[in-house]
Amino acid sequence: MGNVLLDVRNLRTEFVTQDGVVHAVNGVTFALEEGETLGLVGESGSGKSVSMLTVMRLIPMPPGRIPSGEVIFQGQDLLKLSPEEMRQIRGNKIAMVFQDPMTSLNPVLTISTQITESLELHLGMSKDKARKRAVELLKMVNIPEAERRLDDYPHQFSGGMRQRVMIAMGLSCSPQLLIADEPTTALDVTIQAQITDIVKRLKSELGMAIIWITHDLGVIAGLADRINVMYSGYIVETAHTKEMFANPLHPYTVGLLGSIPRLDEGKKEKLTPIEGLPPDLVNMPTGCPFHDRCSFRTQKCLEENPPLMSVGVKHWSACWNYEAVREKRDEILHREILQPVTA
Amino acid sequence: MTYHHAPSPNDTRDAASSMTMEVQTKTGTAQSPKTTASTHDQTLLQVRNLKKYFPITQGILFQRQVADVKAVDGISFIVKQGETLGLVGESGCGKSTTGRTILQLYRPTEGQVVFRGKDLAMLKGEDLRKMRSDMQMIFQDPYASLNPRMTVGDIIAEPLEVHNIAKGKEKKERVQELLQIVGLNPYFVNRYPHEFSGGQRQRIGVARALAVNPDFIVCDEPISALDVSIQAQVINLLEELQDRFDLTYLFIAHDLSVVRHISDRVAVMYLGKIVELTDSRTLYANPLHPYTRALLSAVPIPDPIIEEKRERIILVGDVPSPVNPPKGCRFHTRCPLAIPICKEVAPEWRDVGNEHFVECHVV
Ligand SMILES: Nc1ncnc2c1ncn2[C@@H]1O[C@H](COP(=O)(O)OP(=O)(O)O)[C@@H](O)[C@H]1O
Ligand SMILES: Nc1ncnc2c1ncn2[C@@H]1O[C@H](COP(=O)(O)OP(=O)(O)O)[C@@H](O)[C@H]1O
Ligand code: SF4
Ligand code: SF4
Ligand SMILES: [Mg+2]
Ligand SMILES: [Mg+2]
Repeated sequence: MGNVLLDVRNLRTEFVTQDGVVHAVNGVTFALEEGETLGLVGESGSGKSVSMLTVMRLIPMPPGRIPSGEVIFQGQDLLKLSPEEMRQIRGNKIAMVFQDPMTSLNPVLTISTQITESLELHLGMSKDKARKRAVELLKMVNIPEAERRLDDYPHQFSGGMRQRVMIAMGLSCSPQLLIADEPTTALDVTIQAQITDIVKRLKSELGMAIIWITHDLGVIAGLADRINVMYSGYIVETAHTKEMFANPLHPYTVGLLGSIPRLDEGKKEKLTPIEGLPPDLVNMPTGCPFHDRCSFRTQKCLEENPPLMSVGVKHWSACWNYEAVREKRDEILHREILQPVTA
Repeated sequence: MTYHHAPSPNDTRDAASSMTMEVQTKTGTAQSPKTTASTHDQTLLQVRNLKKYFPITQGILFQRQVADVKAVDGISFIVKQGETLGLVGESGCGKSTTGRTILQLYRPTEGQVVFRGKDLAMLKGEDLRKMRSDMQMIFQDPYASLNPRMTVGDIIAEPLEVHNIAKGKEKKERVQELLQIVGLNPYFVNRYPHEFSGGQRQRIGVARALAVNPDFIVCDEPISALDVSIQAQVINLLEELQDRFDLTYLFIAHDLSVVRHISDRVAVMYLGKIVELTDSRTLYANPLHPYTRALLSAVPIPDPIIEEKRERIILVGDVPSPVNPPKGCRFHTRCPLAIPICKEVAPEWRDVGNEHFVECHVV
């Protein structure tokens, strides 16, 4: 740890549509260290997937375009690489796992073919060796009877198993970075627990960095070292995980925490929803993009869009009124919490 | 092999919208005078050994039944006047089928649903019509359950017409009132469903369910399709409406945190059976069934310090098929506490004290 693996600077992604230009990602800047797990949190449409697809150079152009940005990975700007050079990086040094494994698995090829293909292509392994490695990988993600299951087709696996197969494929070339886009969102919670359990183990065994996209603050609390909260294409707050939960300093982050029931809450207390809806990304409001839903709003918020400001140790918030948030948020977030139950 | 009805997501969606239509068109003329007497201990609804099997048929010309999907396989519980009973469990465990069978949208394979002392299967004529308006449903997918070609005003007015509750000016006023009640601008009355966000569409669904003055509403995953920040808006709305109109809810969801939050009591379902039922606090503080414990331990808590220390019970494998559920206790294939008898004998549903029900040999 300590060395920067991925350095994203002022990244913007837009889509030209009939209704106008969709401002999906609006100047995102962050760095990821080797071996670090970064959580990317925000509601749907906030630009989580598009920002990571841009990093992976998977945005269809047109309608997409990238008006600005640098994506420095191990010293190279990925946005400047040729498609061929980028193919060498994708699936090899950076792997990506998506929400719906069926869209990334080829339904007419066996799991074996799909895993060994990339081992042969990227690592130049022989057929035999690749097959042995594939069995190892399936075992690593707890697929029972791995040797036998290797020759099955994707539809012969359950949703949870397919997602584990995807992770196994993602890991096949020992990537330095795994980008997981809501990999457990479609799964049941006990299956989600199986997968996050595996990922935590692999993370410490393999030492890769992870970017985990989710809208679920609970999942991210147990997985991430650091969190970026996204809203309408901006990172509005970033901090280490414990700091973020103990000391949230953006009204949107406070709003998210206030609007979810907790499993361990005691007395039934009213949730504090975030009123209204996210802005239209074609006609972005002037000033702070959160202003029409924000209870901390002041005149300045209507006029000037706040940049990320340093508000604590390695903690940044894009809010003019973060001091007011610090004073008031405990009223919003107060809950009676029950004692943890031992399993 | 073909499923009889509609197991694919698309088909179920169609089924859901046509079912709404069915409820609405079959409902009759009388408006129910609202019964106000409500103490928490009065039983409103009683479910006795309810089963719902879906036949699986084979063959093209001569379909013959080859097996059953045992979606709901013998469940018993009561719902008390004015309470929210939560029904939680993983996808496919039979939650929606339970809700729909209670509302008589599906004919039970076995067992009874008794509402205010009357067996619903026996109701006819006026009584049946009244029951149809006393019991309503709110669906998960606000997109699928609203007719895209009708304006919001017409969608909400439809049950008013069908039940002869209001006409003309009165109907118009009632629609505006309902829109206001669910937090929508009455000015939107002439808009179409696609012009609304997911959360707003769910409010329209709520307004439609409220139109006929129901006493009991089955909420089937009403917030699962919504964004976190919007979920809380709808949860709060449902809670407010419950107080204001003295409603009783069966609240179905797969998210245990949400279910615990909104419910007075919670029933946990696994593979067609309810395995445990108790009040929300006890369910967290003193869960007895091994499946409940595993489920609780799997739900992430948005607190990194707690998460760091938490022990998880990781269940191995997947849920077995409801076509051939395991013999004995259905959970025995995955249960960390299973003993030999679990493979042979199904445990009984019993009260272990203070209305804490559980179905397990080792408890
Ligand atoms: N191909 C595309 N054409 C037009 N708009 C798009 C396209 N892909 C994504 N968008 C828009 O970009 C915004 C951000 O989307 P996304 O990154 O997928 O959100 P998230 O992953 O946070 O839910 C959304 O408003 C989405 O509609
Ligand atoms: N109309 C139907 N025809 C055939 N099978 C069905 C039908 N509806 C549900 N099922 C099956 O019954 C089981 C329970 O489904 P459901 O009640 O929808 O579960 P849940 O709501 O808990 O996800 C599943 O295996 C499902 O595939
Ligand atoms: S800058 Fe103003 S509007 Fe934006 S989040 Fe802060 S207080 Fe709210
Ligand atoms: S009856 Fe046996 S298998 Fe079933 S939950 Fe109890 S201990 Fe586990
Ligand atoms: Mg996304
Ligand atoms: Mg369901």
